[in-house]
Amino acid sequence: MNKQKLVVVGNGMAGMRAVEELLKLAPELYDITVFGAEPHPNYNRILLSPVLAGEMTINDIILNPLDWYNDNGISLHLGKTIERIDRTRRKVIAGEGLEIEYDRLLLATGSTPFMPPIPGTDLPGVISYRDIRDTDEMIATARRYRNAVVIGGGLLGLEAANGLRQRGMEVTVVHLMPWLMERQLDKAAADMLKVSLEARGLKFLLEKQTEAMIRGESGRVAALRFKDGLEIPADLVVVAAGIRPNTALAESSRLHCNRGIVVNDTMQTYDPRIYAVGECVAHRGINYGLVAPLFEQAKVCANHLANFGISRYTGTVTSTKLKVTGIDLFSAGNFIGGEGTDEIVLHDPSGGVYKKLVVRNDTLIGAVLYGDTADGAWYFKMVKDEQNIREIRDHLMFGQNSSVGDLGHAGNAHAATMADDAEVCGCNGVCKGDIVKAIKTHGLFTVEDVRKTTKASSSCGSCTGLVEQILASTIGGAYTPAQSNNKPVCGCTEHSHGSVREAIRTQHLLTIPAVMKALDWKTPNGCASCRPALNYYLISSWPGEARDDPQSRFINERAHANIQKDGTYSVIPRMWGGLTTPSELRAIADVADKFQVPTVKMTGGARIDLLGIKKDDLPRVWADLGAAGMVSGHAYGKSIRTVKTCVGAEHCRFGTQRSMAMGVKLERMLFGMWSPHKVKLAVSGCPRNCAEAGIKDIGVIGVDSGYELYVAGNGGIKTEVAQFLCKVKSDEEVMEYSAAFLQIYREEGYYLERTCHYIARVGLDHVKAAVVDDAARRKSLHERLLFALQDYEDPWQQAVQQPALRREYEVIKLQEVPA
Amino acid sequence: MSEWIRVCLFSDIAPLGSRIAASSQGDIAIFRSADDQVFALRDKCPHRGGPLSQGIVHGDTVTCPLHGWKLGLKDGQAVAPDKGCARRFAVKIEAEAVWLQLT
Repeated sequence: MNKQKLVVVGNGMAGMRAVEELLKLAPELYDITVFGAEPHPNYNRILLSPVLAGEMTINDIILNPLDWYNDNGISLHLGKTIERIDRTRRKVIAGEGLEIEYDRLLLATGSTPFMPPIPGTDLPGVISYRDIRDTDEMIATARRYRNAVVIGGGLLGLEAANGLRQRGMEVTVVHLMPWLMERQLDKAAADMLKVSLEARGLKFLLEKQTEAMIRGESGRVAALRFKDGLEIPADLVVVAAGIRPNTALAESSRLHCNRGIVVNDTMQTYDPRIYAVGECVAHRGINYGLVAPLFEQAKVCANHLANFGISRYTGTVTSTKLKVTGIDLFSAGNFIGGEGTDEIVLHDPSGGVYKKLVVRNDTLIGAVLYGDTADGAWYFKMVKDEQNIREIRDHLMFGQNSSVGDLGHAGNAHAATMADDAEVCGCNGVCKGDIVKAIKTHGLFTVEDVRKTTKASSSCGSCTGLVEQILASTIGGAYTPAQSNNKPVCGCTEHSHGSVREAIRTQHLLTIPAVMKALDWKTPNGCASCRPALNYYLISSWPGEARDDPQSRFINERAHANIQKDGTYSVIPRMWGGLTTPSELRAIADVADKFQVPTVKMTGGARIDLLGIKKDDLPRVWADLGAAGMVSGHAYGKSIRTVKTCVGAEHCRFGTQRSMAMGVKLERMLFGMWSPHKVKLAVSGCPRNCAEAGIKDIGVIGVDSGYELYVAGNGGIKTEVAQFLCKVKSDEEVMEYSAAFLQIYREEGYYLERTCHYIARVGLDHVKAAVVDDAARRKSLHERLLFALQDYEDPWQQAVQQPALRREYEVIKLQEVPA
Repeated sequence: MSEWIRVCLFSDIAPLGSRIAASSQGDIAIFRSADDQVFALRDKCPHRGGPLSQGIVHGDTVTCPLHGWKLGLKDGQAVAPDKGCARRFAVKIEAEAVWLQLT
């Protein structure tokens, strides 16, 4: 079969990202031809500023070396512009009689610098700042000349000015507006930026309009004259007065353009065979000049070029970070505010810190940070996710750290101040320097990329925030935080956890193959990430109908014991509410003797762990424990773990409620409950709270008049204090409210999301509305949980009694023929 | 060539499941893929020695239960960025049984 022909006009970051995404989805679909006007392979245009400043070289910023084009069978034409598109005959015409036919055409022609209509812009020494050639010319000029003027105090102009200053020139920045970077900063932040740039030797002329560039004796530009008559010397003039989408080719081919090539949500132009991405595009009337949106467009475009047809681009919230070493500046979203918004401001002029958060209706809609941008990525994510911030509003300004107890990196919370040899990922031993190096050498743009390449944050994930910070500070504005709510489940699908759950519910899907078929899974039978998630969603959405699939469970849940580093297992029998009896203890001691258990240990959940048991011994261990009345403690599952209790009113002189009895009742009700992640409860008999109920998924604290219920605490990966849900009077109410809370979490939580993460996502008010305020809803949630748990049998005794299940534990002895 | 040794009935291995065969050369993991092919690898992940037989099988890959390394069932090679290899054994299905060759 003949391959279809794809021609790409534009060899920049947007076009090549689209090709890369396409090759991932459909590597064999097209013969690809790429035209690039510049003589270089695709490079990271964003990093031209560090090149100009002498911090990086051109080689450092190449994204796709020539070998990449070769390896992927792409015909590359460098230094060639397309003169016109013959849409009727479907071919592009380049110079020198070169004509290439296409089945699909992708325009990624980028933008061109805007040259204001001022006399003298054609003089030698007057340049724009767009590509490697401009950068080379600035570097060369800085060696021979002294005075530089940059017209334009935006992001690009300031980066150019800083670079030229670093190269030893006297630099003046001329800006038409009353403050710098007016599209990215408010006046307060811009003023602080100006002061620190002045301290580095830059000069500024604000609210100045250039009248003419004046020719010197050599024929080169020599000075600049303003409307008010002032004249300043200028051996080099860099015009950074904005960019315009490069639509010349599209317009001459009579494609509809309106301040950009007009595309729909699939990145298709008015000619259905022609797609367009990048700075040349106008999407819903918006023209994006930052790289993050371009990558999102590229991904959507590739999805349609690959004939998948399921992805839409709906616009991007953008963020800005200035790449001037030593200056920390970040802005995102609507940071100016206005009617109906509140501004939360922290301003410390001497300390060099300014932070402004703009809030509308309990949602963060924009942020400006100056001097301390460590929380930029965190705020940006909230802006993108439109997360409700009501619960954290009072400490929002103080950043993520004020509420975070992430562990494993020596308390470091500010990536920028970490040394290169400081450990970031404590699970995989990855240092900051390793991550920065990988980002630069492999051209990484997402946390997922960093994870795949370096393994940082790929295990427990507690350092994800730090990795995000390192990424953001290394690549600046190119950083695209994943939209956490819509993140795909894994590489096997484009669907998010939320949309998978909804499909299972609304389409009444009952098996993993049915889900994969209905949602166009990309792999034949998923992977170790998505299959356990799907299995959980099925059995929790359709209890009694969907069948549990043992092969889609992690080994611990398949074998009903915890795998250890040497391949042996640990066995933890349930001790309801942390209570045991002499006969249970005798049975445990007998098992430990009989099976020569090397380690016997108390767990944090108040029960006894038998460690080092061989897998084929498990059914016999369980048979002995079962004979003494003990059942599985589910210490291995995304399930109910323990209900920890204090002594309570049964014995304690301070106790107000019978916490042991309450704990046992709760644990018995929840036996066999599978959940998105593990679930731990505690019941304390008085506010002294000896059962540590404040860091549990549900904490029950007895008071004289009843019980206080707390939810969404966590004592592990992210120390999180439980939040007050409500107060109830009776034991029955404790059962009903707890069950209702756990059931809504079971129905709405994403797989591997603890209750604290679930509540952070949906907000405590959402849960209160269902569990506390709405009695009917609470009762139906309670009933649904009881329905799901009815007839649950102890998995250990099932394995003991059913030979078919025992096969899992049997080792086959090979009958080898003696040689 | 060494002899083919009978391991078990093909139906003794669940689809997307595995069995452990104990041999003079250590434990060998026998896998069955969704399309009913069988594969055999030394039951020891090249990373930290995890028992691959206990992993989740997907496509022609198994994910090690200890730290999530992915190994190709056909060649025992770790999937990038990890590097390493688990030894591979020849297996076949004949007369409804699974046969293995020790080398």
